[in-house]
Amino acid sequence: MSSAYELRMKNIWSLPRGELFHGGHNLCAGCTAGTIMRHLLKVAGKDTIVVNATGCVEVSTTPYPYTAWGVPWIHLAFENTAAVASGVEAAINALKLKGQLDPEKEVKVIAIGGDGGTFDIGLQALSGMMERGHNVTYIVYDNEGYMNTGIQRSGATPFGAWTTTTPVGRRIRGEWRRKKDIIGIALAHGIPYAAAANPAYPVDMVQKFEKAIQTEGPSLVHVLMACTTGWRFEPRLGIKVSKLAVETGVWINYEIEEGRLRVTTPVPKRKPVREYLKLQGRFAHLRDFEIEIIQEMVDEQVERINKMVGKQVIGPVDYGGDGKKGA
Amino acid sequence: MVESLEAARAQVPGVARKALSGNKAVAMAVRDLDVDVVAAYPITPQTTMVEAISELIAKGELDAEIIHVESEHSAISAAAGATAVGARSFTATSSQGLALMHEVLHIVSGLRIPTVMAVAMRALSAPISIWNDHSDVMNARDTGWVIYFTSSAQEAYDTLVMAYRIAEDPEVRLPVMVAYDGYVTSHTTEPVVVEGRERVLSFAPKRVTWDKLDPDNPITVGTLASPEYYYEIKYQQHRAMFNALEAARRVEEEFARVFNRRYGLVQTYRAEDAEVALLVTASYWDNARVAVDRTREEGVKAGLVKLRLYRPLPVEELARALGSTGVVGVVDRAISWGLPNAGPLYNEVSTALRDRVGARFQSIVAGIGQRTMLVEDFVKLFKLLYERMRGDRYSGETLFYGVRGA
Amino acid sequence: MSETRLPTWTEVTPGGIVREPGSTLRLDKNGWRVEKPVIDPEKCVRCRLCWIYCPDTAILEVEEPYTNSKGRTYKLTYKVDYDRCKGCGICAEECPVDAIEMVPEEVA
Repeated sequence: MSSAYELRMKNIWSLPRGELFHGGHNLCAGCTAGTIMRHLLKVAGKDTIVVNATGCVEVSTTPYPYTAWGVPWIHLAFENTAAVASGVEAAINALKLKGQLDPEKEVKVIAIGGDGGTFDIGLQALSGMMERGHNVTYIVYDNEGYMNTGIQRSGATPFGAWTTTTPVGRRIRGEWRRKKDIIGIALAHGIPYAAAANPAYPVDMVQKFEKAIQTEGPSLVHVLMACTTGWRFEPRLGIKVSKLAVETGVWINYEIEEGRLRVTTPVPKRKPVREYLKLQGRFAHLRDFEIEIIQEMVDEQVERINKMVGKQVIGPVDYGGDGKKGA
Repeated sequence: MVESLEAARAQVPGVARKALSGNKAVAMAVRDLDVDVVAAYPITPQTTMVEAISELIAKGELDAEIIHVESEHSAISAAAGATAVGARSFTATSSQGLALMHEVLHIVSGLRIPTVMAVAMRALSAPISIWNDHSDVMNARDTGWVIYFTSSAQEAYDTLVMAYRIAEDPEVRLPVMVAYDGYVTSHTTEPVVVEGRERVLSFAPKRVTWDKLDPDNPITVGTLASPEYYYEIKYQQHRAMFNALEAARRVEEEFARVFNRRYGLVQTYRAEDAEVALLVTASYWDNARVAVDRTREEGVKAGLVKLRLYRPLPVEELARALGSTGVVGVVDRAISWGLPNAGPLYNEVSTALRDRVGARFQSIVAGIGQRTMLVEDFVKLFKLLYERMRGDRYSGETLFYGVRGA
Repeated sequence: MSETRLPTWTEVTPGGIVREPGSTLRLDKNGWRVEKPVIDPEKCVRCRLCWIYCPDTAILEVEEPYTNSKGRTYKLTYKVDYDRCKGCGICAEECPVDAIEMVPEEVA
């Protein structure tokens, strides 16, 4: 597929050594948000203004009088990040027109929100920003719940997941609704670029960041952010869990460029979802029939994506050995 | 107001006098201040202002980006984002719009982002009322904004010009709200002296005096403050309000010198020898002044004091204005629910002046949801206060003027 | 020990703005760990993955040549910045040649 983008990130050696998102922050040990933010800023470079929604990343990276950020950064509230970013972008345009800013100098505007700040409370502002066509790159790091406030469910929490507000008991057995399709919502605004990325696939992720940033107009990158604290896995497993999400088809790395969908990490043979679920304490209560429901949901999702691509880019589940579905 | 009309008639060379409503006068001020970014959401009675701004942009008379936000929450957020980059931003709203902004109002002042907004004041729901009172601004009084109540289209224009000077003062760095009565001022056409961009910008030049988001000098705005730091940051903000008071005094003087229109943070009419006085805000200044004259014709020494700057409260000016008065009726157009004295302004003024003036204060609530207050209503209030003073009969409770059955 | 006087209201920045980019680098994360990663430069194949995945900028990629026992010389050496490292173990987990070992922190 031909692309209008100029990608500098060819492989992992393309990433510059210098950091613009620095260590010493207070993200949990093993929090993959740190990995995502580092590489986002490596791609964006110094001429960037970041607008951050309230959430894990915001609260952990700016403990007064310190900041982890090496670029100008602003945070106002939870639900208005896309609106603040709209104002930042409009101001840059106005000041350039009036010659108060160098019209030749490109300043990128990146909005960052978690799933709560994007799928739920920030959705209206995001919709406005996309509909109005602001030249803003919106990055949603999705840890599938309100982790910063203590693991409450959000509109991004997947079926079956335990959270503190979808606890496991006799009547309720974790989240009983499906995860919201944020990329579908974004695309309904006719935005030129949207993608799903995952830090376990760093080159794919940074290429998507590059494309999103180079896009004229609004773009959105939905990044899976495995959460050691809320998903209940050991801190060392963040990348492994992220990778398994792709290998099982729970998460699909894809992008939509001018309406055309492309799966960027084809998976010829999928692992059973059980492989992904069993590493995470939030799914520990699931019985076989519930795992089967999740498997069917993933199968449906894979089928839908394959249909959109027009060929089988994500293959069938390989149960190995005797091909039985059970444990 | 008489002073400004006379100034208008004086025909300052090169300056246009136009027939403008309050909303349209504000739009002209936004043009003359060369605002860079306007973010606004429609709400009655603010709408005609944003329409006028849109026309000015469409005609090329104002070089600004207009952001057609999807809510007032986003309006103030976008304006704040724009100012954080170093632009001059503006928004405007009324009633529920101001209430929806409420969360962000605190954040903008807390982050010391010097933006300016106009408020065409309107009652809050429920029941829904599109008409005027001050419940919207009273609900925002503790958000850390500098707040002006203005009485005419001319005063709204002039105060907007002053507002940016105060907001952008490096010792202040606080957002400023310029409020006026919905319909009564927002939609009433008056002759307004429009000073033009050159004169306005020489008075309020565009200089970025605050920390801005600049890739060449990266700062972090909107940090997390632990208990070791939060209190000091908030106290500094409190002190900045008093810097704003000093700045407001200076700017008033300079404005009067340059533009030959003088207001003052507190204005008085025949208050020097008044036995009974009313303390009013915004458009009540007009009818109440006529009522002062009529009341005096009937032998009662009435006087009037108008509070123009509401936050920070100009206590010195108020004390001077009310120093010799026997009884002061404080007219509120909002209700502080559940208090025996239900007027928010009453509670503040009577507390601030308790040890400074000898006057007795009486809480009066009027004009709720734009219940009309004509000249004779103010005459009645003056007489009522006079009777109470003579009989030493102070109710100690709010007088709800004009409500049926009370 | 350096004096740790907290700032007065005149010394804090307006609105709690931070004017020193990347200043969290001055915060010491040593106390967060129960295990620390130790990189074996002999086993390390310089694939960069530990540096890529580290959420804490705790893996340093330095231009320091290293010749292993087989006589192969690498231009780069990977080291751990323990002031940043929270001991999550992602680097050890993801190392394709098991060149990183998580070693228990000793209690002083």
